[in-house]
Amino acid sequence: MAEEPLHRALGLTDDELEAIRSTLGRDPNRNELAMYGAMWSEHCSYKSSKIHLRKLPTEAPHVLVGPGQDAGVVDVGDGLAVAFKMESHSHPSAIEPYQGAATGIGGIVRDIVAMGARPIASLDPLMFGPLTEERNRWLFEGVVAGIGGYGNCIGVPTVGGEVHFAEPHSTNPAINVMCVGVAPVDRLVTSDRQVHEGSLMVLIGASTGRDGIGGVSVLASRTIEEDAAESRPSVQIGDPFAEKLAIEACLELVERDLLEGLQDLGGAGLTCAVSESTARARLGVELDLDAVPLREPNLEVFEILTSESQERMLAIVRPERLDDVREVCARWGLASAVVGKLVAGGELSVKRGGKVVAEIPARSLADEGPVYERPIEAPRGFDEILEDDPTFATVTADPREAFLAVLSSPNVASKRFVWEQYDYVVQGGTIAGPGADAAIIRLEGTLKAIALSTDGKGRFGHLDPYLGAAHAVAEAARNIAVMGAEPLAITNCMNFGNPERPEVMWQFAESIQGMADACRAFETPVTGGNVSFYNESGGSAIWPTPVIGMLGLIADYRLLVRSGFPESGLLIYLLGETFPELGGSEFADVVLRQISGRPPALDLEREAALHRVLIEAANGDLVASAHDCSDGGLVVALAESAMSGDTGFALTLPGDVPWYVTLFAESASRAVVSVSPDKVEDLEALVAAHHVPFSRMGETGGPRMVFDTLFETTVEEARAVYEEAIPKLLTG
Amino acid sequence: MSERRPRVGVVTFPGSLDDRDALRAIAFMGGEGVPLWHAEHDLKGVDAVLLPGGFSYGDYLRTGAIARFAAIMGEVRDFAEAGAPVVGVCNGFQILCEAGLLPGALIRNRTLRFICRSVDVRIETSLSPLTEGLVPGEVLRIPVKHGEGQFVASRGDLEQIEGEGLVAFRYCAPDGTVDDEFNVNGSANSIAGVRNARGNVVGLMPHPEHAVDPDVGPTGGQPLLASLLSRALMRV
Repeated sequence: MAEEPLHRALGLTDDELEAIRSTLGRDPNRNELAMYGAMWSEHCSYKSSKIHLRKLPTEAPHVLVGPGQDAGVVDVGDGLAVAFKMESHSHPSAIEPYQGAATGIGGIVRDIVAMGARPIASLDPLMFGPLTEERNRWLFEGVVAGIGGYGNCIGVPTVGGEVHFAEPHSTNPAINVMCVGVAPVDRLVTSDRQVHEGSLMVLIGASTGRDGIGGVSVLASRTIEEDAAESRPSVQIGDPFAEKLAIEACLELVERDLLEGLQDLGGAGLTCAVSESTARARLGVELDLDAVPLREPNLEVFEILTSESQERMLAIVRPERLDDVREVCARWGLASAVVGKLVAGGELSVKRGGKVVAEIPARSLADEGPVYERPIEAPRGFDEILEDDPTFATVTADPREAFLAVLSSPNVASKRFVWEQYDYVVQGGTIAGPGADAAIIRLEGTLKAIALSTDGKGRFGHLDPYLGAAHAVAEAARNIAVMGAEPLAITNCMNFGNPERPEVMWQFAESIQGMADACRAFETPVTGGNVSFYNESGGSAIWPTPVIGMLGLIADYRLLVRSGFPESGLLIYLLGETFPELGGSEFADVVLRQISGRPPALDLEREAALHRVLIEAANGDLVASAHDCSDGGLVVALAESAMSGDTGFALTLPGDVPWYVTLFAESASRAVVSVSPDKVEDLEALVAAHHVPFSRMGETGGPRMVFDTLFETTVEEARAVYEEAIPKLLTG
Repeated sequence: MSERRPRVGVVTFPGSLDDRDALRAIAFMGGEGVPLWHAEHDLKGVDAVLLPGGFSYGDYLRTGAIARFAAIMGEVRDFAEAGAPVVGVCNGFQILCEAGLLPGALIRNRTLRFICRSVDVRIETSLSPLTEGLVPGEVLRIPVKHGEGQFVASRGDLEQIEGEGLVAFRYCAPDGTVDDEFNVNGSANSIAGVRNARGNVVGLMPHPEHAVDPDVGPTGGQPLLASLLSRALMRV
């Protein structure tokens, strides 16, 4: 077998090699090729997604930092800023679930620290194959343990996320991680900071080893095939204790204003951090690899340059501040080393043993990667999938059986097994944590709290990628609004298959359009995110799944509204309207065994009007509870409100609509609220003023859940089914 | 409240996580929280010492096994031996056990999984800095969050702990019944916390500092920290 040329082994195409030759005016050496291979990888360069991402709205008066830096930043008033960002760590997790997920947390937390913000919350949207398969159970338990093992140890509460299960994730779990931090606005470390010639690059934290070499190019930018286990050395190993020390040391450096710049070392390691910060400063750099602390002495140049060893940060420091910086690091027990010096010009020049071993214009690595307009084509057979709509199926199921089947479906059932393995109380700010529509975290010293929610709608995306993305944004915003908070901005993680396939690029382009339209309608710009391609194996891709991480703000957290029915004698209202649309619903999947048809329609204006109603109702103290009505339909929203408040209900069903539509359709723009009788008039007036349709569905009270004459059950029975579903599947 | 606010020192080890939360909770309850640093031989004249939760030194080797050699632990030991109040919460409890200031040890939870949950604990003694003036049998709701909280002791030690009334807290049902169903981590005899014989050192796995502010959780920690603050003031 002929040996593969080096550039191809490093993930570079022949054309890309040509572009490198013309930039350098010569053949690149082995080290330079490795640097290009990492920086021009799909993961780092966004070469397939860039032209589409430009369509997203990114600006608003409250957005302080948009896409392109370590994290987006939003002004939340009172001189405070919130930094937030989402990423994927799917490929490493598919190979080594514990470390893959753990280092995913580490990376996203360092992104937040790099903005000068203290990480105050994490959220983890996860997607796995069905738990009926042993390998999926291994991945699921490993990932959850890894998130807990790392996140719990660094003192950042894990306050939310979601877990979905679907067959296409069997070989390709999607592991997304979001972190949120807070900082005084005037202490943010953004690229606006002036970086001076003569400033020093100081590498802080762990030493550099052989782990994670080729993480971005080998793992994240290719599909996972049979021999995946051989890539295990490309997965990094996490040390959360070192991370905790790095967080505290870096925040102290920022607080004492000792830095000109701060960046984490993540994908593409030193090469990425050095080239990006140098390019941003519009300077050059002399990098001395002899100064990099190594775990073993005989690392090769390209290994030092692209190692993804964890828990390292790169600080840019004026020479006169160096002693102070090193003192802080030493006090936290961290190594620090001056590895480079910023110089005039734009060259990134790397030395080892006194010799220049690589010399590349920094901008060429960081900013001038290839950009592809890849071919787009709607997949064949798509119309047939849409036409086979479960809405028109003959339903013979028993309503009570259907209810229990949907409630115990792992997509719907309680995720307590997952979130009880996460510390969600540390830092003392968690007002509402896992299980709530949105997590609510107070901002210390104020009555303000931020609201956080993550949502992905893979099944809808499979049936209509435009709608799938738009629904994900709508549901994220709704989850924030039901608690009484104002949606502010989003970050995202785009989980897709191989972009070199035109069908996947079509899904991607459609999804971006759906996300862009929804974000405009809700005035929630995109402040950053991450694109994870190549989530496929054997030619079968995951469903196109943009996951939205939304940030909201509540001005006075004492007014927040929770989802549980708090007492008896309240009137239950459904805000919004239910349509005969069962396509992509949990009911269609679990009861009808059909994943086809059209997903529910979405009218963005109606959705926005519902958000206004929910926020104003909370501010006016008009509702006793409010809960998003989506996955599983009305029946699940009601059951969750009943279980959470430990209060049953009796419902009147409309006579002119089939029961399975009323109970199980997942129509958009709906919420279930409960209202004290003396506030009914005010609420109805508010809802009518915003032209939001509504219907009075019943009343709260008692231990039973009565669905008109159709069937009844008890809160206790529902809870047993809901809580035991996932643990039961795990014990086999 | 007397004219002087009791000063409670909270030690930060590398990897401590709930240190700021403990300081905040002490202030919330009307005391003065004093940050103490592991590498200093200085308790800053505090009236009581609290070793907070977290993963000191990454919990490497064994939970609390490295922290007990920290510089400040000499002072903490002297402080305890002088009869002053010392409290260990979660990782702090593990450190006190490793340091030999409390009997028993803490190993991985029965499920082998980390668990974060609000639990009910029953007060078993009035003779500890956290429970002075409280009535045994009282049930408090407090969160636990730990991977290694299963209390164990040799048969002899366990007999002594029980015989001398050194159990400070047990996991229980909301009505106070002790039953294995509510034994969140599989601890011997459902033990959630123990004290020393003298009654001035106490450790527990539940986090009272996360149970004082009703905005962010249950309030079962309030009487415990109130007891600590009044005990701190009484110190000679």
